[in-house]
Amino acid sequence: MATVAALAASAATFAQAPPAAPRFVVVLDPAHGGDDAGANLGSQPEKAYTLAFGVRLRSLLAARGFTVVTTRESDDSVEPDHRAEIADHANAQACLSLHAAESGSGVHLFVSSLAPAQDAHFLAWKTAQASWILRSLSLAGVVNSALSHATVPVTLGRTALPGIDSMTCPAVAIEIAPDRSPDASESAGLDDPDYQARVADALAAALVEWRSQAPPGGQQ
Amino acid sequence: MIPRHQTVLFIVLLAASAIMGVLLWNQLRRSHDRLLHGEDSAPTQAPQVAAAEQATLMVANDADNTVQPRLLTLPLPQNPEARARAILGKLLDLYAAPIATHSVPGGASSIAQVFLLPIANSKGSAPPNGPELAVVNLTSSFVTGHPSGLETESLTVLSICSTLDANLPQVKEVRFLVDGQPRATLAGHADLTRTYLTNEDAVAAGGSRP
Repeated sequence: MATVAALAASAATFAQAPPAAPRFVVVLDPAHGGDDAGANLGSQPEKAYTLAFGVRLRSLLAARGFTVVTTRESDDSVEPDHRAEIADHANAQACLSLHAAESGSGVHLFVSSLAPAQDAHFLAWKTAQASWILRSLSLAGVVNSALSHATVPVTLGRTALPGIDSMTCPAVAIEIAPDRSPDASESAGLDDPDYQARVADALAAALVEWRSQAPPGGQQ
Repeated sequence: MIPRHQTVLFIVLLAASAIMGVLLWNQLRRSHDRLLHGEDSAPTQAPQVAAAEQATLMVANDADNTVQPRLLTLPLPQNPEARARAILGKLLDLYAAPIATHSVPGGASSIAQVFLLPIANSKGSAPPNGPELAVVNLTSSFVTGHPSGLETESLTVLSICSTLDANLPQVKEVRFLVDGQPRATLAGHADLTRTYLTNEDAVAAGGSRP
């Protein structure tokens, strides 16, 4: 009898507890890895840079209450299709593919070049991102604003990138290049810790802003 | 006294020598005639030089991630495929220059061939003067030497597609091969398995389809 009463009390307590906040999932995809070294950045290959930057960004996002899923945690070779599978299974509200290059200046933001398509129950694997293009463009706009606010030069573009086109989430490819903007007092290289911190903080701030705008559940 | 068989042998050898001499003389005359004939058919006119025409090159700039038109006057052949190859070759020559805004080694020789193929409509027929697909065959040395990066690779693809659109308006789609074979990416980023669209709106958006 006492057990039944205890269960009833605990059930009442459970019923009165506030509902858990919906998870806001962010997928971080450090590009390349394993045999695929990516671009040669001088001091290190692109695969090492994106992994280190991904770890830094993951810490910042976790501290802000995000659930972070990464496509690789070490120097592993991950096929583009597998990266998209990880992102799609995560039901994420934002997917960031991280890249780095020596050419250009600042941060280059790219969204898939697929034409926008109506959402459908079944999506073709190679063009699944087409139903998410408008959300991806919105996410790129939020990231652009945050980076500009942090005085990081930004260029926007569209591209056909294996992996991104199969992701069913708002997806943006982010390529970090040295800051060579004319108004910068001196150019900041990729290895500059202050520059890395500025970009990572701006991306975290962008995702906080995106969380305040995005509907729950990863839906459009 | 000379034996009879030796006399016969001498006569036979003498006759053979005379016949060989005649044959040799004939061969000499034929060779001489062939030589004279060859000289007659040798080209006597200078090779024709293609007329200089204006072409619009869509030149990429890494600094601001843009593609800007640049008008150049250069000799262009009349054949559309050779014309496309010459224009794209000039574009890659600009990228191979020491002060290029979009630095890519290789130059004009990086374009092995350009093929123009009619695009079939929904009924399966390809009308004359209809839209065309350009197949750009790049050399593996160009792809190997291309800098790796999302922006730089996307700009190379975009500038090739928009240059074709600016000079050959019938070209609506572009596909890429490397040494005649399909290739996954240009240098690790830009997808080369796609069919790229060249029309203005699609180019502005970097349009492509699977």
